[in-house]
Amino acid sequence: MLPQTKSRIPNPISRARLLAALYAAQEQYGWLSPEAIRGVADRLNLTPGQVHSTASFYTMFKLQPQGQYRIQVCEGLSCYLVGGAEPIIDYIKRRLNIINGDTSPDGKFTLEIVQCLAACDLAPAVIVNDELYGNISTDKIGDFLSELLAKA
Amino acid sequence: MFEPILTQNINRLDSEKISAYLANGGYEATRQALTKYTPDELIEMVKRSGLRGRGGAGFPAGSKWGFMPKDASIQKIVAINADEGEPGTFKDRQIIERDPHQLIEGAIIAGYAVGANRAFVYIRGEFTLGYKRLIKAIADAYNLGYLGKNILGTGFDLDMSVQRGAGAYICGEETAMLESLEGKPGNPRLKPPFPAQIGLFGLPTLVQNIETLACIPHIVLRGAEWFASIGTDESKGPKIFSVSGHVNRPGNYELPLGTMLREIIFEHAGGLRHGRRLKAIIPGGTSTPVLTADQVDTPMAFETLEKAGSQLGTGGIIVMDETTCMVETARRVAKFYAHESCGRCTPCRIGSWRLFETLERIEQGQGLPGDIEHALYLSQNIDSRTFCPMGAALVNPARSTIIKFRQEYEYHIDQKKCKPIQN
Repeated sequence: MLPQTKSRIPNPISRARLLAALYAAQEQYGWLSPEAIRGVADRLNLTPGQVHSTASFYTMFKLQPQGQYRIQVCEGLSCYLVGGAEPIIDYIKRRLNIINGDTSPDGKFTLEIVQCLAACDLAPAVIVNDELYGNISTDKIGDFLSELLAKA
Repeated sequence: MFEPILTQNINRLDSEKISAYLANGGYEATRQALTKYTPDELIEMVKRSGLRGRGGAGFPAGSKWGFMPKDASIQKIVAINADEGEPGTFKDRQIIERDPHQLIEGAIIAGYAVGANRAFVYIRGEFTLGYKRLIKAIADAYNLGYLGKNILGTGFDLDMSVQRGAGAYICGEETAMLESLEGKPGNPRLKPPFPAQIGLFGLPTLVQNIETLACIPHIVLRGAEWFASIGTDESKGPKIFSVSGHVNRPGNYELPLGTMLREIIFEHAGGLRHGRRLKAIIPGGTSTPVLTADQVDTPMAFETLEKAGSQLGTGGIIVMDETTCMVETARRVAKFYAHESCGRCTPCRIGSWRLFETLERIEQGQGLPGDIEHALYLSQNIDSRTFCPMGAALVNPARSTIIKFRQEYEYHIDQKKCKPIQN
């Protein structure tokens, strides 16, 4: 409990719940649509502008619809040094036919190029739907994609 | 052989569970700290231990605790920085996932020492496993009376909760983290005022890194003098070094501060892959200046790395062999920092992209005469001209590789390709 605060924001406690609320909304709707942003703003007694300014600052909040499977590939230095980054990214793009943008034509896969995942001991590293996979190669990611394609 | 301290539990069965933690002497430090010592005695103890922050800046922890106001009528906060984002660093993730109670204990003791009754953990958004384990660990600590009201019957109260970050490197900077905890974009604040004066929600706040807090229970149990007996003159205690890149055994190695870089790379991390030769080392995460192979006999300590023209940073060691192009290394890292600039300060927001573009041009064989000087000029005008240390951080990779591997840049501009390996 924080009874007395000196913050200049009129409703600081409500605003402090914003990141958690955005996570909850994204979990429910898959992405943060303008309606979702307005919904969060209403619930927390903030303006849609305040909510949008926070949501758009953070890369993990998605302001566009996402595929059913979200694949994040690290392009950091440690992953690159051991054969990760571009070779893996190019392979996934070819395999899933991702040409423009970051989502496959069937809308099932979204590829995201991300920065260091603090998993350099497992480099090259990827995250698929919040699950971390290490020591990835094009062969391994190929097998994995085949599995997902069969399910998708 | 150095006996691990911070990582002593991580290979035990169910090391993340409170049962395993208690079976190995867990929460004894909390009991002792809250029953045997006054808050001031604990602050003195941490000062005497020589513990310096493990998040990158290396500020003396005891002094930070001492800056917190003593007035008991003012509500105070402990904010725990678990937003590990410096490329090449993965030590905090290991502690959170495999020994979360160690950091909870450190936070309880810190809270008691500075008179804080509220603790927030700010955990990196990508750490989904760590987030789950930390929440479970906190719930278990509440159930056994280590958190909440009247902890262990001492009258001390501490509430702790976890907030997830959402993918912004800058939120590892302490004031940006506070902004993010308040639900805002992570723009760093101008200092002073420091968080110990005006921090989270305007209240005095102690901000500490995970690995720093993990040291605290051991200092309480074994004494400040024991802790200070490990390490070098100005760098005390154990440190978890994250080693990645072209080594046979990438991983976390806990060793005394002051351990030789050579020993870490060649003994602990198993040397370089494919029998290749060492070319360069980034010693403390990508924001620290690169070292050349002939600097491999530098001890990994704050003062020795500074003397060598670099920094200890987070202790994230990235090893590069003779096949590595240093221009590409600088380009890749520059792209990261440009992407992660929060946009508040113009030198960082604009300069980071101009620097990246210059390096990319050189790397792709389109470099022009004068581009090297241009990159150095940009670096000079970004460094230290920003609110937060990001400006200084982002120029280090470019500037240090230009200083130490200038002939590679020149070769790229003249010959439009990477300099071949020389025997």
